[in-house]
Amino acid sequence: MSTTKRFIIALVFSLPMLVQMILMPWGFMLPGAQYTQFVLTTVVMVVAASPFLRSAWASFKKHHSNMDTLVAIGTITAYCYSIYAMFTNQAVFFESAALVVTFVLLGQVFEERMRKSASSAVEKLINLQAKDAEVIRDGQSMVIPLSEVVVNDIIRVKPGQKIAVDGVITEGTSTIDESMVTGESMPVVKKAGDQVIGATMNSNGTFLFRAEKVGNETMLSQIVDLVKKAQTSHAPIQNLTDKVSDIFVPIVLIIAILTFMVWFAILGASMAVSLIFAVSVLVIACPCALGLATPTALMVGTGRSAKLGILIKNGEVLEAVNDVKTIVFDKTGTITVGKPVVTDIVGDQEATLKIAAALEQSSEHPLAEAILNRAEEDDVKQTFAVTDFAAVEGKGVTAKLDNGQAFVGNAKLLADYDIEADLNAAMVKLQNEAKTVVLVGFNNQIVGLIAIQDAPKETSAAAIQALKDQGLKTIMLTGDNVRVAEAVAKTVGIDQVIADVLPSEKANYVQSFQQAGKVAFVGDGINDAPALTVADVGIAMGSGTDIAIDSGGIILVKNDLRDVSTALELSKKTFNRIKLNLFWAFVYNVLGIPVAAGVFYAAGLTLSPELAGLAMAFSSLSVVISSLLLSKTHLKSRTQPVIAAE
Amino acid sequence: MDKLIVLVVGVAAIGFIVWWFFGHHEASAAEAQVSEQAQSIDIVVNGGYSPEHVVLKKGTPAVLNFTRKDASGCLDHVVFPDFGINQELPRGEKVAVEINTEQAGEFSWACGMDMFHGKIVIQ
Repeated sequence: MSTTKRFIIALVFSLPMLVQMILMPWGFMLPGAQYTQFVLTTVVMVVAASPFLRSAWASFKKHHSNMDTLVAIGTITAYCYSIYAMFTNQAVFFESAALVVTFVLLGQVFEERMRKSASSAVEKLINLQAKDAEVIRDGQSMVIPLSEVVVNDIIRVKPGQKIAVDGVITEGTSTIDESMVTGESMPVVKKAGDQVIGATMNSNGTFLFRAEKVGNETMLSQIVDLVKKAQTSHAPIQNLTDKVSDIFVPIVLIIAILTFMVWFAILGASMAVSLIFAVSVLVIACPCALGLATPTALMVGTGRSAKLGILIKNGEVLEAVNDVKTIVFDKTGTITVGKPVVTDIVGDQEATLKIAAALEQSSEHPLAEAILNRAEEDDVKQTFAVTDFAAVEGKGVTAKLDNGQAFVGNAKLLADYDIEADLNAAMVKLQNEAKTVVLVGFNNQIVGLIAIQDAPKETSAAAIQALKDQGLKTIMLTGDNVRVAEAVAKTVGIDQVIADVLPSEKANYVQSFQQAGKVAFVGDGINDAPALTVADVGIAMGSGTDIAIDSGGIILVKNDLRDVSTALELSKKTFNRIKLNLFWAFVYNVLGIPVAAGVFYAAGLTLSPELAGLAMAFSSLSVVISSLLLSKTHLKSRTQPVIAAE
Repeated sequence: MDKLIVLVVGVAAIGFIVWWFFGHHEASAAEAQVSEQAQSIDIVVNGGYSPEHVVLKKGTPAVLNFTRKDASGCLDHVVFPDFGINQELPRGEKVAVEINTEQAGEFSWACGMDMFHGKIVIQ
């Protein structure tokens, strides 16, 4: 029989007794008095309470005890004593047994529902998947179930359809909403050659893509796997409750016996009064709330962060975040974009870019790529016929264009050509900003400058500021030279820079910072893996290498540095909620037991078994509700969260 | 006289509780049935897990078949924190839980409320 049914039966049969209890001061009595109560309670005990008894007995045989042990012993004691009292014409308290069962079941019914909604994050994620895909094999288009898609299949995606698996676009362009997987709220424009992620939503275009990762390999599957592990993981703070849970119930049993002995044998109370105190102790002490405090908060916290594109691997990480004092960043790919881009063009913008693009179009140098990308962005089309292309050793390249000789190269070209004073001043300024300056010339005259830099991401400065606002010290570690490092640090506002660091030294630096307090490390590359592991909290960028992602404790799917502060804030909130839950759970038990045992009897403060049952039900309920509220708490470092699957 | 009896019985009951719950008692242990490609073991969930200790062979895919007989809400999920498994156990149904045995070591499992525990040893 389900818990809900048991609760309804217990409620129906104990309701008359509840009415009598309330109306007693006005002289209301149930017809048949204690005999009616006896019948009603017997039904409750047999139908609704017997599973407690069976479970308690089964674990007793194994030398174990659980919450059912307490409920079972408490209600059986009240019930059996009342039968004895009924035949010897003394006061009975059948209603205590029946109401305790009812209230405990009430708590369980609610708690079952709440726990389901707390664990629903993973199901929501899995439901994001497309059900089928339109695959083109041998020129034939066919719709097949998702499970039959294999790597290298060409898949067609129409407007409004979900992308089935991870892959690369081969034909067409479209705008894609990736918010469900990455948490990125802005739709992204994708064209041939761009990566698409399975389970994201295609909005306006039709395109073909080649499947690269299917089944368990897809990004969504990996995320689901991580979230599942995080939700079932243990937080170190739980070790305490683990220890407590083994000895708690037997100790409560002993306290209950002592309570009875003291009241009956020493204080000389009647058998009935002494028993009531003992039963109250058993009922109030049920440790459910204690057991629920951590897992429910962990589930809701990690589930919510996953929706925001922040994957927290386990409870240990969550707990470590709480004491982080210093946050160390890798530079390239973490604070900066990770590849050089054109930052400034001095001189005639279009002409300069046009000449440079013409000369660099066949080069594969990273700087050339930056120039060509910029030319494409600015829609500068180079129309020259390029002839007599030649490299000038250590300086640059030169070639003949339609109407003259052009050259592109580094500052060493100044030995061969003249430069105007204002261009020269601009060059010095750019160089001082740690930018690589490319000179562009035409017919023996330098016409413009292009400055190239691995520039900070647009969001980096805001991200660092947010962390500083949280009172954290920010440090940048980089293998780059001091000048470049300091220039980047200045633009984004980092507190401290350590440059010229060998890859193998990163972990050592992290360890040295750890002497001053807990350290979080943010990185993305293979060379960051040791530092990510050594740090108390390793935060890996989602665009990073697999090894970095494996080493990190927190993964930022969106690759946005601002998520670092969101991740820290959410972790702290979750951990604080765990502490709050544990505090209240302990308070219920630790304060509830002496009150129930009648320690404050002289002050007029006592707890009847029914009230104890109600308090008990309320305690587990309040813990679960408090955890669920975690998904609604306000995050300072967050604008509007994008909720998946709604 | 009544009081004396209560005191004696009470002290005796406390002694019994201490011995029964805190004394040393053997936990039931079992080795999985191993064939060439697979190993499996049946675990009954009733007031705890029997067996509580399971020994698995490293490298062979393993299945633990849980059957919950207990009505307690406490035991309605089984959680393997190391494997990311949080499996619901409907009462009376045999539920298979697959365990990755690639890594040797000791892994514990627990009920949804962390009250009952079991342990797998992969060797």
